[in-house]
Amino acid sequence: MAAAVEAFDGDAITAARLDRGELTLEIRPAKIGSVCGFLKHDQGFVRLSTVTAVDRYPGEPRFEVVYHLHSIERKERVRLKCRLGGGDPAIESVTSVWRSANWYEREVFDLFGIRFLNHPDLRRIMMPDDWEGHPLRKDYPVTGSRV
Amino acid sequence: MSEQGIPGTTMEPADGPQPETGPRKFVLNMGPQHPSTHGVLRLMIDLDGETVVRCQPEIGYLHTGIEKEFEVKTYQQAVTLTDRVDYLAPLSMNLGWCLAVEKLLGLEIPPQAQWMRVMLTELTRLNSHLVWLGTHAMDIGAMSVFLYCFREREDILRIFEMFSGQRMMTSYFRIGGLALEPPRGWHERVKKFIDVFPSRVDEYENLLTNNRIWIGRTRGVGFIPLEDMLDLGVTGPMLRAAGLKIDARKDEPYTSYEKFDFEVPTRTENDIYARYLVRVEEMRQSARIVVQAMEGMPAGPWKADDPHVVLPDREKMKTQMEALIYHFKIVTEGFRVPEGEVYQVIESPRGELGFYVVSNGTPIPYRVHMRTPSFGNLQATSKMVEGSLIADLIASIGSMDFVLGDTDR
Repeated sequence: MAAAVEAFDGDAITAARLDRGELTLEIRPAKIGSVCGFLKHDQGFVRLSTVTAVDRYPGEPRFEVVYHLHSIERKERVRLKCRLGGGDPAIESVTSVWRSANWYEREVFDLFGIRFLNHPDLRRIMMPDDWEGHPLRKDYPVTGSRV
Repeated sequence: MSEQGIPGTTMEPADGPQPETGPRKFVLNMGPQHPSTHGVLRLMIDLDGETVVRCQPEIGYLHTGIEKEFEVKTYQQAVTLTDRVDYLAPLSMNLGWCLAVEKLLGLEIPPQAQWMRVMLTELTRLNSHLVWLGTHAMDIGAMSVFLYCFREREDILRIFEMFSGQRMMTSYFRIGGLALEPPRGWHERVKKFIDVFPSRVDEYENLLTNNRIWIGRTRGVGFIPLEDMLDLGVTGPMLRAAGLKIDARKDEPYTSYEKFDFEVPTRTENDIYARYLVRVEEMRQSARIVVQAMEGMPAGPWKADDPHVVLPDREKMKTQMEALIYHFKIVTEGFRVPEGEVYQVIESPRGELGFYVVSNGTPIPYRVHMRTPSFGNLQATSKMVEGSLIADLIASIGSMDFVLGDTDR
C-alpha cells in the first residue's frame, strides 16, 4: 500500500508505520488532496470513515489531522496523518473526494480551530456560532471559566 | 390569531439562499424539540407546496463534550462515559471502547468473557432495534407496535439489570473482561426470553409486513443511491438494505464473532420498507447468536489474568498483600497503557462504530475520537428527502435510526 502511494507520488509520504496491524501513512499536508483522490479512485478506498485531529500542545508541529479510510472490496483500512504547525493551521479540504468529509471537517474546525481550504460550508457544527475558542485544544480547560 | 401571529413563533430562516416568498414557498423549522426527530435534531426545510426543496439538518444541541471528558478520566473510568454516547446501545459502546484499549494493551480476553460479551451485545442490538421499530412505526401512525416492542424491551432491560444492576447505563464490560461475575440464574432468565422472542418478532411482522398502510407509507419512499450513501458516509442496515453485504462482525471479526453462525441479511429495494425488513431479519439473526452464545458458553474465568490491569478478586485482596497493592494502584492511579494509537471498529446496531484512541503511555487517554454511526448517517438526510413530500420526511428520517447522543457526543 505504502509502495503504491510512493509510486504515485514519491514526494507525498514522509513516514509509514505498521503498528498493531494498522497502517499509518504520514502525508505532506500540501499533497493530501491528490493522495486521497488516488486512494479513492485507484486503490478502492471508497469510504472515508472519519476525519479527526490530535493536539500535541505544546509540541510542534502542534496538530495532527487524521483520516481513516476504508476499502470495502479489500477489507482494508488505512490511516493518513498530516502534521500542521500551531499558528493558524489550515489544510486543503477533501470534500471534493468524499462528500462525507463535510461534517467531519466542520467538526475539526469547530473543536480544534483548523481551517479547511475550499470547504463548501465551513461553519461551527457542535458549538454555538458565537462561541469563542476551540474546546478540544489542549490549552482549553475542561472545567471552570476560560482564562 | 392576531395579525402578528403567535408571539415567539417567528421563524429564523436557515443561512444560505432563501426561497422566494410566494403562496407556495415556505420555510419550516422542525425541531429541535419535535417529538418525531427522536431527540434534538433540528431540520430547516424549504418547502414548495408540499415538496421539500431543501432540507438542512442542524446538530449539536446535545453536544456534551464527551471526547474532552475522556482526557481527564482513567481508561477504566471512561467506560462509564461510553454508555452515555449511544444510550440505546450502551453495551455496544462499552465493547468498542474496551476492545480498543485491549488492543493497545495487547490483552487476551478469556473465552467466557468473550461469549458473554457477544451475548449481551446482541441483546443490546435487539433492544436498540425494538426501540427503533416501535418509534418508527409510531411516527407513521401504527401506534400499537410501540407497545409490543416495549414489552420485549422491558424484558431485555431486566436482563441487563440482573447482570449489571443497571437498566440502561450498564458499564458492564470493563477493560480485561466483565465488571462482575455473571449472576446466578442468568441462563434460565435469558433462555426464557430468547425462547419466546422469535414468536414475538412474528407478532410485529403480523402487524406490519403485510399491512397495506405500512406498505403504502414505506415502499418506494426514502430512496437514495448506493454510491451516494457510500460517499456520504452512511453505514449499517441502510447499506445492507441497498444490497451491499457489509458487516464488521463478518468482515473484521472481533470478540470471536467468527465462531458464530449467522447470516447478514440484505435487500436490494433500498427504500424504507427494505430497511424495515433488514432490521427485522437482523433481530432474528441476533436471537440466533444469543442462543448459540448461551448454549455454548465456555466455562472459566470471566476476566483476564493480568494483575496490572484487572482488579483482584475480593477475597485475594483481603488476604494477600500483593493483591492489595495492585488493587490500590489500579483504583487510585489507573494502569499505564503503552504508547500508540488504534482504530477499533465494531458493528453497532446503527452501523460502523469506530474508536480512535491515542495513548501517550500514561493512565489517562491522550485523545479519544468516536466515529459514531448516527453522525455519518445523518449527513445523508438532505440527499434522501430533497424532492420528496413533506409527509414522507418523517418516515424517511425515522428509517435512518439515529440517536442524537450518538451524533453530538
